Amino acid sequence: MKRRRQPLIRHQALAVWQRNFLVWRKLIAPSLVVHFGEPLIYLLGLGYGLGLFIGKMAGMPYLAFLASGFIASSAMNTASFEAMWSVYTRMVPQRTYEALLATPIEVDDIVVGELLWCATKSTIAGCAILIVAVFLGAVSDLSALLSIPLLFVIGFCFGALAMIVTALAHGYEFFSYYITLVITPMFILCGVFYPTTTLPEGMQQVIQFLPLTHAVALVRPLVTGQELIAPFQHLLVLIAFGAVGTCLTIILIRRRLII
Amino acid sequence: MVSRDIPSLTMLSKTAVDAPTPIPSAGDALIRCKGLCKSFGELTVIHDLDLTIPAGTCFGLLGPNGAGKSTTLRMILGQSPPSDGVLEVFGKDIRHHGRDIRARTGVVPQADTLDPDFSVIENITIYARYFGLRPDVMQHEIDELLNLVELSDRRHSRVSTLSGGMKRRLTIARALVNDPELLVLDEPTTGLDPQARHLVWALIHGLKRSGKTIILTTHYLEEAERLCDNLVLIDHGHVVARGTTKELIATHCEKTVLEIRNTLDPLQKQTIQNAATRLEYSGDTTYAYADDPTTLTTAIDRLGLEQVLHRQANLEDVFLRLTGRDIRD
Repeated sequence: MKRRRQPLIRHQALAVWQRNFLVWRKLIAPSLVVHFGEPLIYLLGLGYGLGLFIGKMAGMPYLAFLASGFIASSAMNTASFEAMWSVYTRMVPQRTYEALLATPIEVDDIVVGELLWCATKSTIAGCAILIVAVFLGAVSDLSALLSIPLLFVIGFCFGALAMIVTALAHGYEFFSYYITLVITPMFILCGVFYPTTTLPEGMQQVIQFLPLTHAVALVRPLVTGQELIAPFQHLLVLIAFGAVGTCLTIILIRRRLII
Repeated sequence: MVSRDIPSLTMLSKTAVDAPTPIPSAGDALIRCKGLCKSFGELTVIHDLDLTIPAGTCFGLLGPNGAGKSTTLRMILGQSPPSDGVLEVFGKDIRHHGRDIRARTGVVPQADTLDPDFSVIENITIYARYFGLRPDVMQHEIDELLNLVELSDRRHSRVSTLSGGMKRRLTIARALVNDPELLVLDEPTTGLDPQARHLVWALIHGLKRSGKTIILTTHYLEEAERLCDNLVLIDHGHVVARGTTKELIATHCEKTVLEIRNTLDPLQKQTIQNAATRLEYSGDTTYAYADDPTTLTTAIDRLGLEQVLHRQANLEDVFLRLTGRDIRD
């Protein structure tokens, strides 16, 4: 029995992306409230509140430090939630994939389309914070615009990792493991709230294996106008996580749906 | 209406670009499988299935729950790789041409797979995009489809506000958006009220008249009798009978049946048994089968039994005879 093994990237994936985009456009009001409202509360509450005591961190106002970290972490969160809850809903209770697989669309197209959508949604969420940060005076350089394409890469990377979990899930409860054991630790440890150099030596080594560390290391200098250090190295880590996640997800979902 | 040659931007793998295949004329085998097997680990669910479905006919796949009907349909759509044997649709091997085959096929799945976030018309337009079609230039075709399934006045309704019958009709319209040559209907009328069922039957008749090849599964044997030119009855993954309705009844069942609802004492039972070719029991009912019912009716008249229904044998009798009366889950 011969089966095609290597993942395919085809333009049919765009039809899947488009489906999700059209649904998002229908529900745009609540989703924009979330995208703008949440960071506004965080940045005002923590940035100004805590910032008052902290003053400067790593050579910049705490508000700018926090805002640049949040842009990266919100791209992570947005992609992860989309790739878990929304993808699972479409795959299992809503049977959207069953309908898709009755057309020339294949599992590979579905996975790639979903990840492109995760990346898009992350970019939207990240831009919302960027806009809020601009109004709060936390953005000092035009290089902040470069973080927009970067958000797309970050979203793709975290979407691909989360979708591995979705491919293995048999219920929404399963996602709590990933959130508690992977997403939350990254949110706390990878430099969103404080510089990673303040962590113990051993911990600093460990977090080099976590993608959010690299996302923050790229987004913060771009947004705050500081010098980028080893940008290609960080980018490569994100791309590698994304590529491995994509391939693994395709294999797992093929195994789950094409039986 | 259909663009078959979806431009391929394949980056990592080579795609077979097919020469346009001639539309099969009536009588050509549209689906052909030989020695088809499907196993999941140790469990074999389809054993050595041979089928030939001529173009332009309606083919019924019958069998109790778990017989292997849906698995067979999934294999025909390339959604489930066969474990062994040959399976060709439109003369193409399913293992290599699943996408091309699905591009020419319409599917009405057993479960509702409509997109609840979209309206009636959006469900059709987005589905057209999955086929690489451009819904913006096929407004006319989409309007016709909505007319066909009598949903024109509901075009902007959300799917969640539709009744079961409307959802089913929308699913049929959606399955027709690529003007398919083959239609795969998996229990198309399950759960519908009689009005909705008759409407779906009329639709299927119309599609058959327009030359489409249809393969359908159903649990309603009356539906199979009405719609299908040819039938195959499968059980535990084996073909147990095949032919037209008439042939199946003639081969596997006596011509007439008397359903006796009275409770019978042993003596009455013995008398009826002597007059009938065969007796079957289900609950309080006794089914007496005979090719020539004269002796049987005389015997029953003499016994003075009143709750008796005298009817011709139908597909259900064949079905129950060949697959037994035990409950399958």
